[in-house]
Amino acid sequence: MAYFSKVLHICMKDLKVEVRSKERIYSMMVFSLLVMVIFNFAFDPGAEYIREVAPGILWVALIFSATLGLNKTFAAEIDQDCLQGLMLSPMDRTGIYFGKVISNILFSLIISLLTLPFFAVFFNIPLLDVLPQLVLVISLTIIGFISVGTLFSAISVSVKGGDMMLPLLLFPIEVPVIIAAVKATGMILDGAPMMDYSMWLKVLTLFDVIFVMIAFVTFEYLIEE
Amino acid sequence: MRKMITNLIGLAAASLIIVALYMAFLYAPTEVTMGHVQRIFYFHVAFAWTSFIAFFVTFAASIAYLVTRKKFWDTVAASSVELGIAFSCIILTTGPIWARPVWGAYWTWDPRLVTTLILLFIYTAYHILRGAITEETKRARYSAVIGIIGFLDVPIVYFSVNWWSRTIHPDVIKPEGAALAPQMLQSLYVALCAVTLFYLYVLLRRIRLEELRDEVSELRKKVLKES
Repeated sequence: MAYFSKVLHICMKDLKVEVRSKERIYSMMVFSLLVMVIFNFAFDPGAEYIREVAPGILWVALIFSATLGLNKTFAAEIDQDCLQGLMLSPMDRTGIYFGKVISNILFSLIISLLTLPFFAVFFNIPLLDVLPQLVLVISLTIIGFISVGTLFSAISVSVKGGDMMLPLLLFPIEVPVIIAAVKATGMILDGAPMMDYSMWLKVLTLFDVIFVMIAFVTFEYLIEE
Repeated sequence: MRKMITNLIGLAAASLIIVALYMAFLYAPTEVTMGHVQRIFYFHVAFAWTSFIAFFVTFAASIAYLVTRKKFWDTVAASSVELGIAFSCIILTTGPIWARPVWGAYWTWDPRLVTTLILLFIYTAYHILRGAITEETKRARYSAVIGIIGFLDVPIVYFSVNWWSRTIHPDVIKPEGAALAPQMLQSLYVALCAVTLFYLYVLLRRIRLEELRDEVSELRKKVLKES
């Protein structure tokens, strides 16, 4: 129990920093909108095929903005040697990881929920009826993306040119998650019953479970000094 | 002793490669529908097999490094990745050469093709990461974590791409036996052995190179201290 309260502390600290500075949420949101606007130029907005490419556009926007946020996860801790302080705090190192994962998931979820109405309006796609299913897929995807992403951002932050390293490392690993997310979203938008895309939900859940466990085991190797 | 073993393996690899080339081009019969282009298959499969071994060696060596913290394992992992990348490039070049006349296209988004490509991306990132870190133990720790995660990701990538698209890649070696003429099968096995030995030989040489580099940097430090 004490472990969870410590994890919560780390998470609350990140949230508090964000509430005061607002730098992450702000830039993530603008970026995600920008991506959708740019896709509007790439694909003819009135075209019929837009419903087929829409899930892809949504996920490019969400994944890219999440990556933007991940880059900042540990960057703030490098300043003034905050990471050193965190490591000296009397808690299991994995607590730092889980605290950061939870705060990152919250940030990305907020961005996703804020992006959805714009997505619906920009591409003229009715979302209200399928919102619960969509939120389920988004949550599962974000957990999978952030769990590995937070781990890798601990690597990229202490590497020269790390901002560039993070997507290079992260995107190939996340291929199953991205495929599953795009496929499931497409089926949901088409109004398919859950039976049809339950396989993709399983892929997402499997990925989440496996990589949260791997991250739990490997994180302490990344921040020992 | 190790030098002698390395040289012996090199000699065996060189001679087996000549035999394998002979078998692939002259001994094995010409495939009825595909013609001569099918002969690329023997080396294509051999390199595919060996690149997978190479990445597995990296995975195992990465775990060994995190457990023992011996620099040797980091060297093995890094050396094996380089070979795996080179072999993956060979697969992704020989495959399209064959696919163009047979499938009518250089590239399709088939599970095996995509998985190989993703594998290449993962380990290229691993290789770039190593180049970006100068501190030795940090580099070893970070790359070990990537080496483990990258390898565990492969089956998930394969299965998700498999569900995403249908395969048209031929399944030549099946559990119930290979659907090949005996001469073709023999050629394949010889090519497999040849390339595996070649991998082993280059791996050993690459590890030795890394050790020599370390020796040089030690010597340099010593000289600088004395002067």
